[in-house]
Amino acid sequence: MNRINDLFKRKKNDILNVYVTAGYPKLESTVSVMKALQDSGVDMIELGMPYSDPLADGPVIQASSTQALANGMTIATLFDQLRDFRKQVYVPVILMGYMNPVLQYGFEKFCQHAADAPIDGLILPDLPEYEFETEYGPIMQRYGLDFIFLVTPETSEERIRKLDSLSTGFLYAVSSSSTTGKDKDMNAVENYLQRLKSMQLKNPVLVGFGIKDKPTFQQACQHANGAIIGTAFIKALENTADVEGAAKKFITDIKS
Amino acid sequence: MTTTTTYQQPNAQGYYGKFGGAFIPEMLHRNVEELKSKYLDIIYDPGFQKEFRNLLHDYAGRPTPLYLAQRLSKQYGTTIYLKREDLCHTGAHKVNNTIGQILLAERLGKKRIIAETGAGQHGVATATVCALKGVECIVYMGEKDIERQAPNVARMKMLGATVIPATSGSKTLKDATNEAIRDWINNPVDTHYIIGSVVGPHPYPDMVARFQSVISEEIRWQLKEKTGSELPTHVLACVGGGSNAAGAFYHFLEEPTVQLVAIEAAGHGVHSGLSAATTQLGKPGVLHGSKSLVMQTDDGQVVEPHSISAGLDYPGIGPLHAHLFDSKRGAFLSATDEQALQAAFNLAKQEGIIPALESSHALASLEFLKPVAPKASEAPVPANAKFTKDSVVVVCLSGRGDKDMATYMKAMEEK
Repeated sequence: MNRINDLFKRKKNDILNVYVTAGYPKLESTVSVMKALQDSGVDMIELGMPYSDPLADGPVIQASSTQALANGMTIATLFDQLRDFRKQVYVPVILMGYMNPVLQYGFEKFCQHAADAPIDGLILPDLPEYEFETEYGPIMQRYGLDFIFLVTPETSEERIRKLDSLSTGFLYAVSSSSTTGKDKDMNAVENYLQRLKSMQLKNPVLVGFGIKDKPTFQQACQHANGAIIGTAFIKALENTADVEGAAKKFITDIKS
Repeated sequence: MTTTTTYQQPNAQGYYGKFGGAFIPEMLHRNVEELKSKYLDIIYDPGFQKEFRNLLHDYAGRPTPLYLAQRLSKQYGTTIYLKREDLCHTGAHKVNNTIGQILLAERLGKKRIIAETGAGQHGVATATVCALKGVECIVYMGEKDIERQAPNVARMKMLGATVIPATSGSKTLKDATNEAIRDWINNPVDTHYIIGSVVGPHPYPDMVARFQSVISEEIRWQLKEKTGSELPTHVLACVGGGSNAAGAFYHFLEEPTVQLVAIEAAGHGVHSGLSAATTQLGKPGVLHGSKSLVMQTDDGQVVEPHSISAGLDYPGIGPLHAHLFDSKRGAFLSATDEQALQAAFNLAKQEGIIPALESSHALASLEFLKPVAPKASEAPVPANAKFTKDSVVVVCLSGRGDKDMATYMKAMEEK
């Protein structure tokens, strides 16, 4: 069973995907935060693998990565934590990270361990389509992992169609060309999302970057199948003793 | 993976052998693609070449001399020429690249320039050309480097640039580079990113190498005038990211008789834990948009290098150099902080030239390349890399030592 396809078959709208950094705020938070997110009604989870040099992320997510690394998080530790996690977490889970740590772990071994967990898909923002097609894509496919490409308002129609054809699971629409955690002019984003919608792409579309609360989530959902929240959620976990409680409150506020 | 047929030119995807490419998030795709599709046409347009050459001549002070260092030659028992990039405007070879890129940015219609800097040399060279063209300039610099390099911060500010501290990660050059890339992601339309070395996503390594290739272009005709032959037996250059080495090697890459020697910073010693010798310590990986050799932990986290010379203090190396190392076209040696200091003081006394600490690493390697080397470089020296009394050795003196006087003064006090 492919959890991502199954989700989009059951539910076409208002899909809420939440990003959290593995090993944040505590090393052992990974599975308990995912469980809290699922119990609050999150449809999908994007689990970040911390990296020292996360180019596409803004300061909040980078700070959470720095904290997670200081907590001792590694890819090997993450796969240890994910052993048996499916007894508790049944929503689709996507691993998000950068190429260097994955290459160092061993790309094929990484895919094998991700599939064993089992993880449903991967987002590697610095893996370009040329390398995907020639080298890494076939390995992911062999292990049944979806790979999600990003598109931005600057991406041409021809290129959007290409990236849509290569993506499986869904397409990640970055709401404007920027790093994570910046406020966006949601009205300016609407034309772009409408344009994506009118292209009748193969994949469902989730909107990310700049989604931070109920109004921005609802607005994004008017033009796409759902949205991804990262920075605002990480902020909600900062400086709190009750991590699971903070996670539940954050999601409840959005879904209320 | 397709391979290149020459060392000079990467393939269409920007690969030099196994290294290179463009590992960038989609948010950078349009900017990088625009650059990739236009840079060669722009650079080789006659109008561009005319303006570029004029500025190199009248503004940067090129050609820089190829100086026969007689006392140094006598000391080492061979013929040594110094390529005097230290005499360039702003004090180093960096300005060759920033002049090229500001002209390119102008033709791309970009109104805002960003750059990263470690020691501040590339930041100063960028601020300089932005002042020349009246363009807004933002330089990202690690918070720690801002403290360590106050004179260059002041120079950039006097030239009208805004210096923004990089406060993420280790707060040094690699983080300044991350911040500059993030700025570019957030300003996708009006901004050009002037990278300071032969690193970054394709086409940057090739583009910067082409702008710096004026160094070896001049060496060839200058050497012909002086010796009757365009080809030296050895070209020596220090390597951090590797821009002066790329420039000094460029027109000799396809000349197999010319021994290319790259010298990295060994810091306190290659295996001391405080080193920047990337080819000795790095593993294949992806950093700042290209696949190359990267100093990293077993878990793939990029580590902080160390060198007394801020310009060599980088945990990666340009993909061209990774390929030269991998294919053994180049000999890669390393010199420690102490060896570089000794070489700097030696050049000052022998030739009346105070070199930059970066360039001093290249000078230090003369000790290892002597027919019978009393000091072993920590990287083994291939027998064919050594010189004889009949050799013609060109050392790229990439920068002058003004910026390093505090370090030199401290070294004198400690003696």
